Amino acid sequence: MANDSITKTLTVAVLLCIVCSVLVSTAAVKLKPLQVKNKALFTKKNILQAAGLMEEGNKDADVDQLFQKIQVKIVDLASGEFDDNINAEKYNQKAAAKDPARSIQISGDQDLAKIKHRAMKAPVYLVQEDGELQTIILPIHGKGLWGTMYAFLALEGDANTVKGYTFYDHGETPGLGGEVENRLWKQQWIGKKIFDKDWNLVVQVLKGKVNLKKPEAIHQADGLSGATLTTVGVNNLMQYWLSENGFGKFLVRIRNQGGGNG
Amino acid sequence: MAKITKVLFDPIFKENPIALQILGICSALAVTSKMDTVYYMTLALIFVTSLSNLSVSLIRNHIPANIRIIVQMTIIASLVILVDQVLKAYVPDISKRLSVFVGLIITNCIVMGRAEAFAMKNGPWMSFLDGLGNALGYGLILFMVGFIRELFGTGKLFGINILTPVTEGGWYPANGLFLLPPSAFFLIGFIIWALRTWKTDQVEEEN
Repeated sequence: MANDSITKTLTVAVLLCIVCSVLVSTAAVKLKPLQVKNKALFTKKNILQAAGLMEEGNKDADVDQLFQKIQVKIVDLASGEFDDNINAEKYNQKAAAKDPARSIQISGDQDLAKIKHRAMKAPVYLVQEDGELQTIILPIHGKGLWGTMYAFLALEGDANTVKGYTFYDHGETPGLGGEVENRLWKQQWIGKKIFDKDWNLVVQVLKGKVNLKKPEAIHQADGLSGATLTTVGVNNLMQYWLSENGFGKFLVRIRNQGGGNG
Repeated sequence: MAKITKVLFDPIFKENPIALQILGICSALAVTSKMDTVYYMTLALIFVTSLSNLSVSLIRNHIPANIRIIVQMTIIASLVILVDQVLKAYVPDISKRLSVFVGLIITNCIVMGRAEAFAMKNGPWMSFLDGLGNALGYGLILFMVGFIRELFGTGKLFGINILTPVTEGGWYPANGLFLLPPSAFFLIGFIIWALRTWKTDQVEEEN
């Protein structure tokens, strides 16, 4: 049979497709559990790092054990109340943000983080010791230069002082905007205050260095040199998520109740 | 034996896919800002190029001429998806950093070029070696570019501090230009220059 006959062409095409699809789907199915596990591990690791419960050198093996200290809760952002009807372990904020029934559209002037849609409910991670709230870890995200940046911001029990900050998923330029992962840049956040004494949102990421002599330095963080747009993005996403439109109501409630047991 | 050596080692200096054939430049710009991504990208390309050459060569006598490019693409795409899945499962951090560039191996001109130019006309074993050689040639340039970019751009190699940068309390002011893709363009240009000074037969004739 000549190679260029219609029958041969079709036979070759069909056979090739079958062989390749079997190969690809087998790999996808076999490797799926490992990939899911990796993803979960990665998220947990970053939450622990933000909370200061895990050093960067810690082994993956410790993650599950360390994570037992952390409690996951779902918050209704409109009211700031916990919603215990949703299984917090399984809740997927990214999927919810895409579902019109479970998300809200953010109007242009409010959309500082440039995310367009936001899930109505967001997970928060709490660390409690002897019934006292030690750490609140908030998942936040917003547009950087190249794409959406995802971070965990850990606050102390006063819902004001920063305890840790990690960007775990972003597409910023390595070495410039990618320095949001830099250890020193992250460390400067520790101890910064998000709100002033009248509980106005005053945290700010500057373009350039913070002048430590000024009284407002406690609310300010250094920008990333050579990465203006990433710096602006980090500032904007914090302004959005910590405001009334984001976790603001939840933080107010924590502040007033002085505890996370809702 | 002489032929094996020729097929395997010629692409490394004599007919380097990046330096002489000017193929695969796109990914050479994109993944060379860090050595560990270079390392995994090279492994991925070695796997894909050698196996795609092997498979194309195995069925070369049965591929109808009018759908041959599609057949090659299908084989290459399947192998690339395989690599992508494996990386995601075993080295998730690297897979994150390589992001779309693993997927883009499908369009890497080297893979396609070797399948069409070599594997369609030669036996499986030779084709396999040709794929391997070309991927190694690609990897070599990537390592050279990656070495310079990471060292001068961040003061590190494989993420380990060599010249401690100022941002981490050291003395070395990192040069951000090296981290941006255009720097790879300059570096590849210099490498080609050096290579052609050494092997003058690569210099193209002037008209």
